[in-house]
Amino acid sequence: MTEITHSSAPLTTRRQGASRRWTVLPILEVALLATGLVLPWLLQDYLTVYATRVLILCLFALSFDLVWGYAGIMSFGQAAFFGSAGYGVALLARDLGIVSMFLVLPAGILIGFAFALLLGGFLLLGRHPASVIFVALGTLTGSYACDRLARGWYYLGGQNGIPSIPPMTVGSYDLTEGVAFYYVALGFLIAVYLLCRFLMRSQFGLALAGLRENEQRIAFFGYKVQHLKAIIFSLAGAIAGLAGSLYAFHEGFVWPNVLGVVISTQVVLYVLFGGSGTLIGAVIGTIVIEAISFWLSNSYQDIWPIILGVLLLLVILFRPAGLVSLVVSQRERVGTFGRPQGRG
Amino acid sequence: MALLEAQGLVKIFGKLTALNYAALTVGENEFHGLIGPNGSGKSTLMKCIAGAETPTKGIVSFGGHDITQATPAERARAGMSLKFQITSVLPALTLYDNVLLALQAQTSLLALAFSRTRGVLHDKVMGMLEQFRLADRAYEPAAALSHGQQQWLEIAMALAPEPKLLLLDEPTGGMSIEERRVTGELLQPIKASCSLVIVEHDLDFIRDICDRLTVLDQGQILQTGSVQHVQSCPRVQEVYLRRA
Repeated sequence: MTEITHSSAPLTTRRQGASRRWTVLPILEVALLATGLVLPWLLQDYLTVYATRVLILCLFALSFDLVWGYAGIMSFGQAAFFGSAGYGVALLARDLGIVSMFLVLPAGILIGFAFALLLGGFLLLGRHPASVIFVALGTLTGSYACDRLARGWYYLGGQNGIPSIPPMTVGSYDLTEGVAFYYVALGFLIAVYLLCRFLMRSQFGLALAGLRENEQRIAFFGYKVQHLKAIIFSLAGAIAGLAGSLYAFHEGFVWPNVLGVVISTQVVLYVLFGGSGTLIGAVIGTIVIEAISFWLSNSYQDIWPIILGVLLLLVILFRPAGLVSLVVSQRERVGTFGRPQGRG
Repeated sequence: MALLEAQGLVKIFGKLTALNYAALTVGENEFHGLIGPNGSGKSTLMKCIAGAETPTKGIVSFGGHDITQATPAERARAGMSLKFQITSVLPALTLYDNVLLALQAQTSLLALAFSRTRGVLHDKVMGMLEQFRLADRAYEPAAALSHGQQQWLEIAMALAPEPKLLLLDEPTGGMSIEERRVTGELLQPIKASCSLVIVEHDLDFIRDICDRLTVLDQGQILQTGSVQHVQSCPRVQEVYLRRA
């Protein structure tokens, strides 16, 4: 890549100033990673189990952040992909005895991807771009339909879901809830985070930024916007599928709620609370909401949902860019695409 | 052979006939001005050419191919580029990323994911910004630009993919006199490489840069021809020029 040779002195100073400011995000990422790595050594066992669940939900939040925060597609039914993968791997374990991590997780990813491709194809691949409302209601309906289907289908366990899923295995080792599962979940979260970070900071991420900001404008540049949408929607479905598979084996059972509107809404709140369009925002939002919920439900057993609701409203009203905007500037949140940060 | 031919275009919105058998022919490297009173159908004609609207009747052909039913993306890939009437740069992105976004539109998704064309396109991005006098602000957000500079940025974005035909809908709207003059200067050099259809209210601007003019009135073509020919037409003077 060639250097810019015609920059004026004030511009150089301005750029250096800009690159100096752009350091909060990596610091935040490293701090969270370090905390994540040492956490099981600091927590009691039951809290490690809770933290593992939160890590899996972080993974799920990343999937929603990709579609809404980066591509501007309002998917109000992300749980459909999360839950269908959870049910899929639960059936593999129950009916076929397949519990190897190297089989069930790819299967879960594939289920999430295929279902998202199917639903996304229907909602997004029309000749004319679909409206935000159409996609939001379409995905919401999809999630609700899956929930109702699972409740009414005896093979899927009806209202009770599928209990007592045998543990996932890695070779001859049973991966039950605890420290080992925690690190497996953390490993997947880091891998998916880095993959998303790589993509969102590439020229593909720039195309998504254009899609989010002004879909019509980029269509007139020649972008196949429907294809872009279907690809990111399916990729997010695959990530939700991975999260759903891990969730099913971690909890040991799946039930219709994992497909439904409540979890679909919950993931929207995670991302809005933390800051959509920033991967770290999705992770922070999930951790903070889950941590506050845990603490409030212990301390204020009757009124904790009200307190949490008010808190969410306050953040969304007064910090629409989410908690992450308290420490990360807008310029850094928008970021650069395919070039080192020092170059602008 | 003409680069662009629009024949018998009719566009009806409910009870309103915005275009009534309008026609337009633009040759290679021709600068063609579209003028007419407000509501005469200029922007609708532009939209039908660019693919933002599908005509109720009529044919649009580009480079000898019928593109009447083609999507805006297909038209862009065929070499047509549009600057909207309302400025539509992406304000949160830097000027650099705005131009890069326009340039990389025809790169494959795999190449985009691995940022493979980023290095190759760098010089082109900076060249476009240089051409439009914006290079020293390349890494600032587009929102920081004045209205006139945003219009230039958008023209730079429309020109970046090296289109065969550039459609400009009121590019000098809201600009100062000086900015209009500079815009004219910025557009002149592109004549060597592409044709231009421009909708404008500023007649002096149009006279300075266009080879041919088409005058629209109530969705119909009132007159078309060289600037001198159109200016001297009594009917045009009666309907439009005296009113302007």
